[in-house]
Amino acid sequence: MSNTFQPDTNATTLRTLEGLRVGESARIVALNVEADLSKRFSALGLRPGNWVRVLRSASLGGPMHLRIGTTELILRRHEARSIALAP
Amino acid sequence: MKRVALLGMPNTGKSTLFNRLTGAHAKVGNWPGLTVELLSAKLLVGDQMVQLVDLPGIYDMHGFSDDEKVVTTFLSTQTTDLLVVLLNTSQLDRQLNFVHQVMQQDIPVLFVMNMVDEAQKLGIHVDAKGLSAQLGVPICLLSAKYGQGMEQLLPAMRQVLNATSPSRPFADDASHVEKAFAQCISVPSQASHALTESLDRVLLHPWFGLPIFFAVMLLVFQGVFAIGKPLQDATAWVLNEGRTLLLEPWMATWPPVIQGLLLDGLYNGLSTVASFVPLIVLFFVFMGIVEDTGYLSRAAYLMDALMSRFGLDGRSFVMLLMGFGCNVPALMGTRVIRSKGLRYLTMLVIPFSLCSARMQVFVFFIAALFTATQAPWVLFSLYVMSLLMAMLTSVLFKNRYVNNDAFILEMPPYRFPTARQIALRGWQEVRHFLHRASRFIVIGVLLVWVLTNFPIGVNAGSIDSWAGQMGQFMAPILSPLGISAELTIALIFGFVAKEIVIGSLAVIHGQEGQLLVDTITSHLSWIQAYSFMLFVLIYTPCVSTIATIRNETKSLWFTALSVVWPLCVAWCVSFVFFETATYFVRA
Repeated sequence: MSNTFQPDTNATTLRTLEGLRVGESARIVALNVEADLSKRFSALGLRPGNWVRVLRSASLGGPMHLRIGTTELILRRHEARSIALAP
Repeated sequence: MKRVALLGMPNTGKSTLFNRLTGAHAKVGNWPGLTVELLSAKLLVGDQMVQLVDLPGIYDMHGFSDDEKVVTTFLSTQTTDLLVVLLNTSQLDRQLNFVHQVMQQDIPVLFVMNMVDEAQKLGIHVDAKGLSAQLGVPICLLSAKYGQGMEQLLPAMRQVLNATSPSRPFADDASHVEKAFAQCISVPSQASHALTESLDRVLLHPWFGLPIFFAVMLLVFQGVFAIGKPLQDATAWVLNEGRTLLLEPWMATWPPVIQGLLLDGLYNGLSTVASFVPLIVLFFVFMGIVEDTGYLSRAAYLMDALMSRFGLDGRSFVMLLMGFGCNVPALMGTRVIRSKGLRYLTMLVIPFSLCSARMQVFVFFIAALFTATQAPWVLFSLYVMSLLMAMLTSVLFKNRYVNNDAFILEMPPYRFPTARQIALRGWQEVRHFLHRASRFIVIGVLLVWVLTNFPIGVNAGSIDSWAGQMGQFMAPILSPLGISAELTIALIFGFVAKEIVIGSLAVIHGQEGQLLVDTITSHLSWIQAYSFMLFVLIYTPCVSTIATIRNETKSLWFTALSVVWPLCVAWCVSFVFFETATYFVRA
């Protein structure tokens, strides 16, 4: 399992976790974050290859409630933006 | 003595297992070369005594966070004979990298697959024997919370500790570990907690979630009051009877100075403080139940959007809530925050959390000056004030202490604490109180007695006594807030610990129980009392808090800021309240 990422030059065409709607699932392809944070994301299940599902989203731009396998977690939209999903 | 260390990711039930193994005998201790204190206890494994150490929960063996550095420093500097590694059995897929890292350490390892009760409910099946054979590491499948499977743990530990040449785990490449887990663990494709899902649909509702949260908190405080107040009255009555029926006749022939010191000083002071213990224990038990159910992570989810506008995040809010019990563990809890800015900002606002020691003071004054129907609302208003002051401070300082940490938090399924867990928490609180009592409260109330009764010949607590002179000296600063000389003394001692405030009033007036309440009622207006409570709420919580802030930040400047800033706010808020309220009452 590799956590390295390729900085994407045309990021606009890429789908990120922030854009995933409530109830939808998608496969993670890359984490565009620094190494230390990438370790923490991986340890909580957010890593390339895994499927993530959005359970709900808090009002007023609050965090997203996610499920990966049997793990549930909450993540701010700002961080969700740096997680790239398969199209 | 051989040493065994407990290791695991956060939320794998490390402290539950630690408590299960050691009972309530753990000690907090310093370790050479480490900046934090770790919990440790002696444990009998077979025929030998070993030292069990609880290491902080970490996500990665090669990470750079403070907790991760503590673990790596510990493992490289302290000889460790066995690593007991906890895994959450229902979420093994995301822990494989950690498993591999741990197996590469040059220390014998034992895996504890915890929370097997939850895994079974999800339909997860584990072939522990097969996995153990493939990895070359002993594995215990158990539930630390319910005790299921616990009987295998000590024998397994003994076997590893007694092995003359410990077998090396087969951990040369990560894919082997993944393959072994894939073969021996089966997870149903649709595994989720049905109860948690339905509860979350209501409790995390976009519109109703927050109102429900505040209603739950209000209910907790009301519940503590409704059950705790009669208990407190009963304790006060028993302690008072003890004085008149036992101590007074027994000491009747003793010199008056000794009698005064022991009865009016020590006994009145201590028993007034002790009468609040049932209320405090109850409060911690209720907060503990809320914490153990996993509702606090939900609170972080609900509050994060709001907190981000104040420069904080959902975790800061949870720490503020923890601070309602005691500020000290809440301050230490900020270690999970990796951004220095956010951590400092959170530490600056935590001391505004209305802790249980301050609650004592408020319960006493509210009972004396307000009716039973007003009481819960007055207390609630102080909780609101407490949060308002925290938010105000945060807004003013958020550009100085900038948050650049990611916000990601595990959301555990709802869990129900066992009676054993609740009882243990209650007991730990009683112990914590006795510890503080022996350190600060005894010395505090004795000192107050001396100050109010000397120089020899003065009327106790009068203007001529040392305490009276101190009160006189401070009067120009505190009289604009409606705070009298007696209350000033209490405030000065309250700087050390808030538990002393009521105790010292008992000593100053030479009364306890209902008599003390009556004296206070006849001396104070409700405006003066509320102004005093505001001051107590906002100024420095206690010496332990200051010491913790100093310890955690190693910064004298920040420590000074965290003392001086609340003091200024306290004065301003009390002043504005007292002068405005007095004006309107006159008008």
